[in-house]
Amino acid sequence: MSMGKPLPHDSAPMHVTGAARYIDDIPVPADCLHLAFGLSHVARGVISSMDLTAVRTAPGVVRVITAADLPGVNDISSAAHDEPLLAPGEVHYHGQPIFLVVATSHRLAREAAAKAEVVIDPKPAILTIDDAVAVRSYFEGGPLTWKRGDVDPAMAKADTIIEGKIEIGGQEHFYLEGQISLASPQDNGDMVLATSTQHPTEIQHKVAEALGTPFHAVRVETRRMGGGFGGKESQGNALAIACAVAAHLTGKPCKMRYDRDDDMIITGKRHDFRIAYKAGVDAKGKLVAVEFDQYVRCGWSQDLSLPVADRAMLHADNAYFIPNIRITSHRMKTNTCSATAFRGFGGPQGMVGIERVMDHMAHRLGMDPLEFRQANFYKKSKPQETPYGQPVKGFILPDLVRQLADTANYKTRRDAIRTWNEKSPILKKGIALTPVKFGISFTLTHLNQAGALVNVYADGSVTINHGGTEMGQGLFQKVAQVAAGEFGIDMGRVRITATDTGKVPNTSATAASSGSDLNGMAVKNAVDQIKDRIARFLAVDGVKPKDVLFADGKVTAGNTVLSFEEAAKMAHENRISLSATGFYATPDISWDRTIGKGHPFYYFAHGAAITEVVIDTLTGENKILRVDILHDVGQSLNPAVDVGQIEGGFVQGAGWLTTEELVWDDKGVLRTHAPSTYKIPACSDRPDVFNVALWNGENHVPTIYRSKAVGEPPLMLGISALMALSDAVGACGEAYPNLSAPATPERVYMAAKKVGAKR
Amino acid sequence: MSEITLRINGKQRRVTVEGRTLLVDLIRDQMNLTGTHVGCDTSQCGACVVKLDGDTVKSCTVLTATLPEGTEITTIEGVSTGDLHPMQEAFSKCHGLQCGFCTPGLVVTAIDIVERSPDGLSASQVRKALKGNLCRCTGYQNIVASVLEGARAMGVQVTEEKETV
Ligand code: FES
Ligand code: FES
Repeated sequence: MSMGKPLPHDSAPMHVTGAARYIDDIPVPADCLHLAFGLSHVARGVISSMDLTAVRTAPGVVRVITAADLPGVNDISSAAHDEPLLAPGEVHYHGQPIFLVVATSHRLAREAAAKAEVVIDPKPAILTIDDAVAVRSYFEGGPLTWKRGDVDPAMAKADTIIEGKIEIGGQEHFYLEGQISLASPQDNGDMVLATSTQHPTEIQHKVAEALGTPFHAVRVETRRMGGGFGGKESQGNALAIACAVAAHLTGKPCKMRYDRDDDMIITGKRHDFRIAYKAGVDAKGKLVAVEFDQYVRCGWSQDLSLPVADRAMLHADNAYFIPNIRITSHRMKTNTCSATAFRGFGGPQGMVGIERVMDHMAHRLGMDPLEFRQANFYKKSKPQETPYGQPVKGFILPDLVRQLADTANYKTRRDAIRTWNEKSPILKKGIALTPVKFGISFTLTHLNQAGALVNVYADGSVTINHGGTEMGQGLFQKVAQVAAGEFGIDMGRVRITATDTGKVPNTSATAASSGSDLNGMAVKNAVDQIKDRIARFLAVDGVKPKDVLFADGKVTAGNTVLSFEEAAKMAHENRISLSATGFYATPDISWDRTIGKGHPFYYFAHGAAITEVVIDTLTGENKILRVDILHDVGQSLNPAVDVGQIEGGFVQGAGWLTTEELVWDDKGVLRTHAPSTYKIPACSDRPDVFNVALWNGENHVPTIYRSKAVGEPPLMLGISALMALSDAVGACGEAYPNLSAPATPERVYMAAKKVGAKR
Repeated sequence: MSEITLRINGKQRRVTVEGRTLLVDLIRDQMNLTGTHVGCDTSQCGACVVKLDGDTVKSCTVLTATLPEGTEITTIEGVSTGDLHPMQEAFSKCHGLQCGFCTPGLVVTAIDIVERSPDGLSASQVRKALKGNLCRCTGYQNIVASVLEGARAMGVQVTEEKETV
C-alpha cells in the first residue's frame, strides 16, 4: 500500500539532477518571440502622450502593442472586469503595464521598453490606508459588518477592557520561479499555453476572452511551478494573455518572463492590514465582547480582495468563543499594486488580530497568555458556534495545546526565561504559544468541486490527471498514492501528467489548501469506476463484484488471481472501458457573505506552535532560538510531505511577521523590489531547534482517507514568533509592547525603548 | 562577439558570446543545460550556482567573455554521470526539496561545502554556508538534513551539536 507512506516527491529524482522542466526550460522554436511590458512611472494619472518611436525602432523589436491594438477584451481580472492588460488612458499604480514590446529576445524586449517617451499627468494618489479612509475610497461603496450578539451593552458590563491597534505588513510571495508564460499559436486559430499558474482554467477563460474565441479554442497546460503560494492564482493572467495576444498577432510562439524586479513591482502581494480592536472580559477572565475594525489595503483593482477580506473576518475568532462580536471590514482602494491571494488568504491577518487581543488582554490581566487563551477556547464537549454560525465540531485544540505545552516544557521554560531576563539587562528572551484553527473550503461555494481523468492502459500502466496544480506542495505525489493504493499497484505504474484544461475542464484554482481534499477524492471516484467495471467483468461463478480484490499488484476474483496487467489486458480485449472521469463536490457547505452567516467550511485544521526568541534591546536585533510545533493533518496521506509543508509554512509565516518588510515611498514607488532589500528567511535564520510533530488523529468528516488539508494552516503557526517577540519586548518594562508587524529590528528596538529598556 | 573555449561538464566547447553574455544565459540558452535556474537575476538567490574552476559562483553575475580560456564549468547536469551523486540521493531521500527550483543550486553548493570540509561538518556550519541560497518552500530544515546526510555518504564526519536552548 502506498497510502500514508513518507515517499519522496514524485519529481525529486528530476529536481536533484536539474532535469525537471519548468516553463522557461521548455525547448522553443528558434523564431520564438519574447515580451516585456512598458510600465507606468507614476502612481496615478492620465497618459497625455505616448511616443513609442524609439521602442519600435530599437534592435530586435518586432511589434509594439498598446491598448488600442488589442484584438479582444482588454482585461486580466479574475472576476470584476476592472483590470486592463494595458492601461487605456489612465494609470492607477506605479508599475502598471501600459504597452507591450514583442522582440527577438528577452533582453532586447526589456531594453526597448525602457526607451518609451510616455508623459503622464499626475493626479493625487491614494497610497496608504489613511489616505483611502480620508477620501472614503472603498470597494463596494463602504465597509461590511458582521456581528453576533450585542457588543455595546456587553462591553459596558465588562470587568476589564483593552483597546489598541496593530499594523500588519503585506508580503511578497517570492516564489523562486518568477511569473512566466509561453503561448504557441495552432491552426484553426487555436492557442496552446504552458503557464506557471495555480489556475489553468482561469487562464484559459481569460485568454479566450482576450482573443474573442470560445473556451474550447484555448488549451492551458501546467506541469509544475517553482512555488506559487497564492501569487500564481490570478497574477499570471497578464503574462499569459500578453503572450496569447502577441502570438495571435504575430503568428509566432511568444514567451514572457518577468525579471525579479518587475515581478515584485507589477504583481500583487499579501494584503497589508490595520486592525483596531476593543475587547472586554468578565471577572473570570472570559471574553464577553470583542470589536474589530479591519482596514485592508486592496490596491487599485478588486482582484481577490473581497474573499480575502471575508476570510480575515471569518478568522477573527480563531480558536476562541466570543459571545458578542462585531467585525467591520474596510476594503480600501488605493493606488498601489493590487493585493492578491497569499497562503492563508486573509485568514492569517484576521488571526493576528485576535491573537494580539489575547496577548494584550493577558498582559493587562497579569495572566499567563497561554492560560488566558486556554480559558477562552471553544468548548470541546458541546460544539459552540462561530460568530458566523457554524458549530465548531471536531475541536481538538484544547488537547493538542496541552500536549504541546507538556512535551515542549512550556511552563518550565517560561519560568526559566523570567529568571534569565531578570539577570540580563540587554538581551531579553520571550516565549509564546499560539494556536491555529483554520477553516477548510473555498468560501465561494461553487469552487468546491474537482474533476479527474484516470486512464488504465492495456499493459496495466496508469495515468492520472486532475484539476489541481503542482507547486511543490506534493499534491501530485499524494494523489498518485491515492490512485496506486486504490488499484493496489505500486507507484511505478502510475504516471502523473501535467494539469491540462483539455483533459479536465472547468477546474478551480489550486488554492484554499483544497488540492488533495478535492482532487484526491475526484481521482478516487474515477478509480472506483474503473475497478467496478473490471470487477463486474471478472465476477463470474458466484463471485460478487464487490468481493473482487485489488491488492499487491493483483486482482483476485474468487479462485481467479490475475496480475493487474493481465486484468487490464483481458478487460480491454473484452471491450471494457478502462478510462473514467471522476468528480467530487464538497458536501455540507453553504454561505451567505452579505450577512456573514452559514456553514462555509467543511471542517477545521488545527495546530499550535511555541516559539522562543531573544532580542538585543540596544539594536533590536533578534533571533528565533527554538520552535516546537504540533499540527493536525488528520490521517496523513504522506507524513514527509506534510511535515515539509508545516516547516515551510511556519518559516514563511514567521518571515512575514518579522523580517519581510515592504516599503513604498510617498510617490507610491515600491522601494523593496529585490531580495537585496526585501529579506525572506535564509538558511542561517532557521531556528537552531525546530521540533515538528503530527497530531495523532483522523479527520472527523469523511475526507480522502480522513486526511486534512495542510497547505495554508501552518503559515499561521508563525504568529507565535511575533507574540514571542512581544513577550521579550515586554520584559523591558511594565507597559504593553504594542508591537506591529513585521517586527523588524527597528520596530523591536523602538518598542523596547518605549516599554522602558535602559540604554 | 568573441570566441572562447570552455570545458563544460567535462566536454570541450568552443562558444561565441557577446561581451555582455552572462554565463547563465550561455549555459541555459546556448548549451541547453536548463537545470541551472534563474531565480532573482541579481546574484542573491543561488538558484544559478555552478562550479567554475573548482569554486561555486552565481552564474547570473559572471560575464562569459571575461573567463580565461579553458575554464572548467560544472553545472548540475555534470554533477553525476549515470548514478546519482550521494548528495543528489540525499536531497531526494531526505525531502530536501518541494518545488525544486532552488534544488540544483543547492546541490552544487552543498557538494562544494562538503568537499571543503574534509575534517567534519556540523549543522550550524551548513546553515551559515548555505545563506547565499534562498529557498521559499522548505523552511530549510530538510535541506540541512539533506546536506548532512550527503556529507556522511561522501565520507565526511558529521559532528553532532548540543541543543543550544
Ligand atoms: S539568479 Fe543568480 S543568484 Fe539568483
Ligand atoms: S523547494 Fe521551492 S524554493 Fe526551494
